[in-house]
Amino acid sequence: MNRLRLFLWGLVAACLALFGLFAYQLSQPKDEFIQSAMVGKTIPQFDLRPAIEGLPGLSSADLADGRPKLVNVFASWCIPCRVEAPQLDALQRGGAEIVAIAIRDRPEDLAQFFATYGNPFSAVGADDVSAVQLSIGSSGVPETFVVDGQGVIRYQHIGEIRPEHVPLLQAKLQEAGA
Amino acid sequence: MIAEFGLVCLWLAAALAGLQLVAGLLGLKSGWEGLAVLTRPAALVQALLCLVSFLTLVVLFARTDLSVALVAANSHSAKPMVFKLSGTWGNHEGSMLLWVTVMSVAGGLIASVERRLPERTMLATLGAQAFVALGFYAFLLFASNPFERLPSPPPEGNGLNPLLQDIGLAFHPPTLYVGYVGLSVAFSFVVGALLTRQVTPDFAKAMRPWVLGAWLFLTLGITAGSYWAYYELGWGGWWFWDPTENASLMPWLAATALLHSASVLAARDALRAWTVMLGVIAFSMSMVGTFLVRSGILTSVHAFAVDPERGGFILALLAINIGMALALFATRAGTVAEGERFSVLSREGALVINNVALSAILGVVLLGTLYPLLTEAFDVRVSVGPPYFNPVTAIFALPMLLVLAVGPLLRWRGDKLARVRWPMVALAVLGLVVLAGVALLSDVGLLPLLGFAVAAVVLVGSLLPLKGRNLLRLPLATWGMVVAHFGVGIALFGMAADTAFQTERLVAANVGDVIEVGPWSARLESVAPVAGPNWTALEAAIAVRHGDGAETLTHPQARSFWSPPTETSEVSLVTRWNGQLYVALGDQAQDGRWQLRLWWKPFVTWIWYGGLLIALGGVLALLGRVLTDVRRRRASTLIAARRGDAEVAA
Repeated sequence: MNRLRLFLWGLVAACLALFGLFAYQLSQPKDEFIQSAMVGKTIPQFDLRPAIEGLPGLSSADLADGRPKLVNVFASWCIPCRVEAPQLDALQRGGAEIVAIAIRDRPEDLAQFFATYGNPFSAVGADDVSAVQLSIGSSGVPETFVVDGQGVIRYQHIGEIRPEHVPLLQAKLQEAGA
Repeated sequence: MIAEFGLVCLWLAAALAGLQLVAGLLGLKSGWEGLAVLTRPAALVQALLCLVSFLTLVVLFARTDLSVALVAANSHSAKPMVFKLSGTWGNHEGSMLLWVTVMSVAGGLIASVERRLPERTMLATLGAQAFVALGFYAFLLFASNPFERLPSPPPEGNGLNPLLQDIGLAFHPPTLYVGYVGLSVAFSFVVGALLTRQVTPDFAKAMRPWVLGAWLFLTLGITAGSYWAYYELGWGGWWFWDPTENASLMPWLAATALLHSASVLAARDALRAWTVMLGVIAFSMSMVGTFLVRSGILTSVHAFAVDPERGGFILALLAINIGMALALFATRAGTVAEGERFSVLSREGALVINNVALSAILGVVLLGTLYPLLTEAFDVRVSVGPPYFNPVTAIFALPMLLVLAVGPLLRWRGDKLARVRWPMVALAVLGLVVLAGVALLSDVGLLPLLGFAVAAVVLVGSLLPLKGRNLLRLPLATWGMVVAHFGVGIALFGMAADTAFQTERLVAANVGDVIEVGPWSARLESVAPVAGPNWTALEAAIAVRHGDGAETLTHPQARSFWSPPTETSEVSLVTRWNGQLYVALGDQAQDGRWQLRLWWKPFVTWIWYGGLLIALGGVLALLGRVLTDVRRRRASTLIAARRGDAEVAA
């Protein structure tokens, strides 16, 4: 019977360990974002036509011209994208070069969007079926990627950029060689 | 006033549970026997009050009383009445109230009908039951009050998740709950038996109907849930190894093992420690399942009332109940003697193999379900799916099912190989012939191939215990076993056939196009909008024809509910005896063609027929046990009465 007793106390310990794990996981903030597996890798080949008249489109070659950039994945129909507009402006005024991928958008809506919230972008590519978005591991809008001068994705920011995120993104750009 | 009345009843019921706990456990001490008489009445009145409280909530939902927060959040005046009523338990608070209601009614039933156990064990059992119930009362009253009022009622309610507006699902959760709660009763019996050191065949016999009932409801709940996921989610699959599904499968596996080991304990006074162990595990699995689903700790397609605070509460209940029960078991391990011995080749031997295999499958499922949680603690994200679950569970399940086919042929205590040699050889030959036949005639995967062979062995083997018996005099419990085992064979055959032979077509079709899938041809006739009470939909008319048979018109819908706005797919199913045609309507492409998904799923319905047969077996066995009990009790009162007469005459 000693073995049974030993086994049972072992089981009590195992259960407590399991409950400890449950409690630990329960206390962790639930992270609903899935980080892109492409961080640290070269951005896949793509060539997007201009999304709006007057601004160039975007290709993967543009992202390997030696200058690190922010790549903003956004859409005019996206509400949080409006929220982050002032922060993108601030980043651009701070010297960051920002290009954009517009997801499933129309030129007239984009023009309206830029008229209302300003345009911090030097190029906007049109991604009509989210193909490029998916290939760089972005699962929603808005997202912002830091890409270094060689076209390697260095950092991914998921969700809108809030004022407190601006210094972090500037630091990441610095690290990427700006 | 109605809501306040319900809340008062709930508080009173909780107070009576407290009384039941104190009276039951203190009544065991010498000098306190006076208290013990209060235990049974406390259990009865508690059951009544809790039932009234639950019915009060049902009335609030039926009247769509929007001043009650829970009704406003989960109901809507435009909802059909049956879904208004089912909305009572289609949410966290209401389902927890249903849980304690079923639990207290079960307590009341034990208190009023159970007469087999020694009085002290009964007191301890009712005390343990009150202890478990008190935890849930506290949870309800302090963390999820279903009767909470809103300061200003909204003009209209927030609806019910449209996915849940389905008659199958209206009754699926309560079915599982009755199962979970039944296991809590078994747990209370175990604690009662441990406290009073009475792990005896009588304990197993008293506990068995509750385990049978719980198991029966779990079987029905899982079968219904699987069918619901199959036709409502529109993915064409019948089991996804989703954490929510696993949460109901794990208690079922434990209950199945418990059912069989309790039979051994009842008939042969063996496997005492093992039965106690399974009693604790079965209830732990119900609570672990509830915890995993409710706390939101695992991501699931069924995301249900996710709230870490509630998760913490359930976790605390889990730790207290299970920790204390295991600790009690460990301190009493010495008094749970080993029981009777038996040889490997015996009914007990086969049941031990069944128990070990079921426990192994339970371990495999538990590990697979918790593994992502474990690795997440080290910041590694994984998801565990069918590539792990299917083969690893099959390694244990297929041999276990072979034992299932021969086990019932063996005698208790010890048997001679010579006596069962021929049936075993015949079953082995049958299995090999099916294996070779299927392998030669078609190109199917290893798992479905083995599935066919084992299904054939189980189907025939499960009927063998009927051989040479007078079918009219066969006990109902034996009939139950035969029917349930036969159902296992049917379900396994359905799974193997669907996995091996289903065909799928995903097409973009214009009106007038004909699509071939398996032996079926389908022609898209039209797509038109239709409106229901609280939804609008695009409905396709598709004429389907099996071989050269007559045409049937089917109407799959892509449905949009407007409160809250949700899209669902209403698939249409054409059922034949040998399978189902599954048609789902998808989106319209830019060029005007409609996305259609069609599956021909041979024998897929046999999976659920099998599940129903297993449950029917449970019903027969339960009926048999209860009728035998009633008859025996009547006979013993008769004998006692005669003896009394004789004494008077003397």
